[in-house]
Amino acid sequence: MSWEEEEMLRALGLGSVDDLFADIPAGVRVDGLPLPKGLSEQEVVAKVTAIMRRNRVGDDLPTFLGGGLYDHFVPASVRAIASRSEFYTSYTPYQPELSQGILQALFEYQSMICELTGMDGANTSMYDGSTALGEAALMAARVTGKREIVVPRAIHWERRQVLDNYVRGPGLRVREVPYDRQTGKLDVAAMKATVGPDTAGVYVENPNFFGVFDDQVDEIRAAAKGLLIVGVNPMSLAVARAPGDYGADIVIGEGQPLGNAVNFGGPLLGVFACRDAHIRKMPGRVIGMTRDADGRRAFCMTMQSREQHIRREKAMSNICTNETLLAVASAAYIAVLGANGLRRVAETGIERARALAARIARIPGYEAPLFRADHFNEFVVRTARPYEAVHEALLAADVHGGLPLEARFPELGHAALFATTEAHRPADYDTLVAAMEAAR
Amino acid sequence: MRFRQAIWDEPLLFEKPSNEVEPPTTGLVPPKLARRDLDLPNLPEWEVVRHFTRLSQMTFGIDSGFYPLGSCTMKFNPKVNEELAALPGVRRAHPCQDESTVQGSLQILYELQQILAQIGGMDAVTLQPAAGAQGEFTGLLLAHAYHADRGEGARDEVLLPDTAHGTNFASAGMLGYKVLEVPSRDGQVDLAALRKAAGPRTLALMLTNPNTLGIFESRVQEIAEIVHEAGGLLYYDGANFNAILGRTNPGAMGFDILHLNLHKTFTTPHGGGGPGVGPVGVKKHLAPYLPVPIVAYDGVRYTLEYDRPKSIGKVRAWYGNFALLVRAYAYILGQGSDGLKWVTDRAVLNANYLKHRLNSHLEVPYPGVRKHEFVASGSTLKERGLRTVDLAKRLMDFGFHPPTVYFPHLIDEAIMPEPTETESKETLDAFADAVAAILKEDPEVVRTAPHNTAARRVDEVLAAREPILSWRMWQAKKGA
Repeated sequence: MSWEEEEMLRALGLGSVDDLFADIPAGVRVDGLPLPKGLSEQEVVAKVTAIMRRNRVGDDLPTFLGGGLYDHFVPASVRAIASRSEFYTSYTPYQPELSQGILQALFEYQSMICELTGMDGANTSMYDGSTALGEAALMAARVTGKREIVVPRAIHWERRQVLDNYVRGPGLRVREVPYDRQTGKLDVAAMKATVGPDTAGVYVENPNFFGVFDDQVDEIRAAAKGLLIVGVNPMSLAVARAPGDYGADIVIGEGQPLGNAVNFGGPLLGVFACRDAHIRKMPGRVIGMTRDADGRRAFCMTMQSREQHIRREKAMSNICTNETLLAVASAAYIAVLGANGLRRVAETGIERARALAARIARIPGYEAPLFRADHFNEFVVRTARPYEAVHEALLAADVHGGLPLEARFPELGHAALFATTEAHRPADYDTLVAAMEAAR
Repeated sequence: MRFRQAIWDEPLLFEKPSNEVEPPTTGLVPPKLARRDLDLPNLPEWEVVRHFTRLSQMTFGIDSGFYPLGSCTMKFNPKVNEELAALPGVRRAHPCQDESTVQGSLQILYELQQILAQIGGMDAVTLQPAAGAQGEFTGLLLAHAYHADRGEGARDEVLLPDTAHGTNFASAGMLGYKVLEVPSRDGQVDLAALRKAAGPRTLALMLTNPNTLGIFESRVQEIAEIVHEAGGLLYYDGANFNAILGRTNPGAMGFDILHLNLHKTFTTPHGGGGPGVGPVGVKKHLAPYLPVPIVAYDGVRYTLEYDRPKSIGKVRAWYGNFALLVRAYAYILGQGSDGLKWVTDRAVLNANYLKHRLNSHLEVPYPGVRKHEFVASGSTLKERGLRTVDLAKRLMDFGFHPPTVYFPHLIDEAIMPEPTETESKETLDAFADAVAAILKEDPEVVRTAPHNTAARRVDEVLAAREPILSWRMWQAKKGA
């Protein structure tokens, strides 16, 4: 025991630290923890590094997976900013006077999200894109008082599973709309037939799960009932119209591509924004602009009366801890790239996906892109052989193909979703194409 | 202690002189969907770095100073964990990669599932929930699935002590359950009231132990008995788990479900509000309902197990906040059984010492020892025309982040310090001395505090009355 621990015990008039636990009844006590003794920092580094070497990533295994998460190149400045320990070791900014810096950074994040989406207000984050959809469905029900959510069949199945759990509380019904088998776009006529007087909201994605830009936006707005909820890859909004332009009421998305790593699936960044008319029904933490006692501009968390610590079981959501640091990183990423850089990244994704699809399409036994439409940075490939066999052959050639779709979308036949970004090296495409040729 | 926070009149990025935005390339996006204007800043990289560096200097983290925010467990975040989480194998692994190519990730997930189950006295763990509140949401879904499977799906009441965290109420509300609040007596759950509340509609009791007053619920065995006899389940809110490591565990106390906040007890940094991690552990009888996938190991290979027919499905995409799970894993390896037991011992010693030092200045309701935190009342400040909020704001001028204030609600003018184990006696003494000094100061100085921070007292009422949540809302308001 250290000298200061002895001094503190003496001040408390106690003989041993055990006295501080005398109120724990004997029947529930345990004797220590079932773990080995602690390792030195050097040993921890050696052990964790060795384990993580068992992952194959980056140059060791070029990977063409997307499906919502995309491995982009992140400039060193972005990581340097997010690694400022004042940011990453602070708590939720309950005390605005001491937290002006991170509050301003988050206000800037909200402002950037609003510019990209065409919405008026954004929150500082949801857990990820899937929970953002769940929360959007609950919000649509709060705003409209109705009980049905209409979603496309063409969304990631995990996003749908999460939605199903989020709507259980109020017991909302989820109805599904098919996609056009030629274009991969939403079947708008089917959507029109699905919506009704009980529709709280219609959810569409753009670009959608298949990477397809759905340009039927005016038709969708005209046919939709309740709130229009648009799911985006925010990176695409550097080149695609803001959903606010075509009538969206809520915009959600997975913000990981904006300067955050894929991190084996977490942490991620749930983007959530809405129109001015609905901001008081929005879930999550929100930063607002105000003044301090000297009349100077200041920022603080606001509209907290919507939140759990005030409203308790009537709160808009139970969320408190969110993904703030990733929001700061995204603000830094957008700022470091600027409008021009962001647009270049988005355009590069489109150009590279086009070029890759064209190369794959030239190999007998492959159809790419399967859908006749403009794509963002990913596209569906149909294979003559079962995709599982192609997948194994690619792995054997040290390249990782796309996301297998057969189990979830059997109507597509043997198919997989391939994505690319500027992070791929030119040689990675050659490796992939050569391996696909060998695997046909 | 003299403290002066940096004060930069730092403009918004949108207000800085921006370079020209180039026209978009045509032919890449369908014409009906092509974007013309992109009203984002275009600045040199060095300007951006300087901007955010200045903002960081107007932010207070645990690396800046003492941060005794009760129930939030603001303690030192070991730097080595940041380096490990930045390994390419962590950052660049895609969650949909073939299992054979991510054996490292799966090994860490598997081992952490086992470690957390053992530490919590549980049989199985999911690492999926993104934060404590999502852990609660998951736990209640599990409780419902369990009851429904036994033909008792109508159970729809959640019992919550009046000391419970606000999230417990919100999680129950989000799932449409009715909340029955159970009053406390002498700082602990009133057993007679609990007996009255528990019944055939009880889904679960959610309990934090030690509770938010820092008091250990010493009749926890009777509490468990009452709830179980009524057919309900016992849920452990792990926000205060750092108070019991190596002394007791939720399994031993009779809990069926628990969540752990790895961003509290296990030092993953709080990031200014997140990310967090809220793994959920359960006893055997609830294991079949856990979210998919669970990581399995056959002695050779780690695999993702999706074939779990009774599973509640998913509460978020993929497997959890992996980069934080790596940090927690590294922390647990480094601490081991000896280090983690010390964490609790020292955190509890520090809290009781600080309570002893503050006792002569502020009223501390309820006698006896506390665990890792305690709640004092600032009610005596009213005699001088002051409130707890004034004390909190003035503490900033001494270089301290204020404790949690106005929670829990059952204490008038509550102030709730949690010092954690990573503070020296010198810091605790300085904090107590600051409180003592403030109580003797001219009340006007205290009421107008803080004086040394980047902003003076911030008008939160104005912010809520006329919300300005973005640059475009502000521009619209100025134009109007």
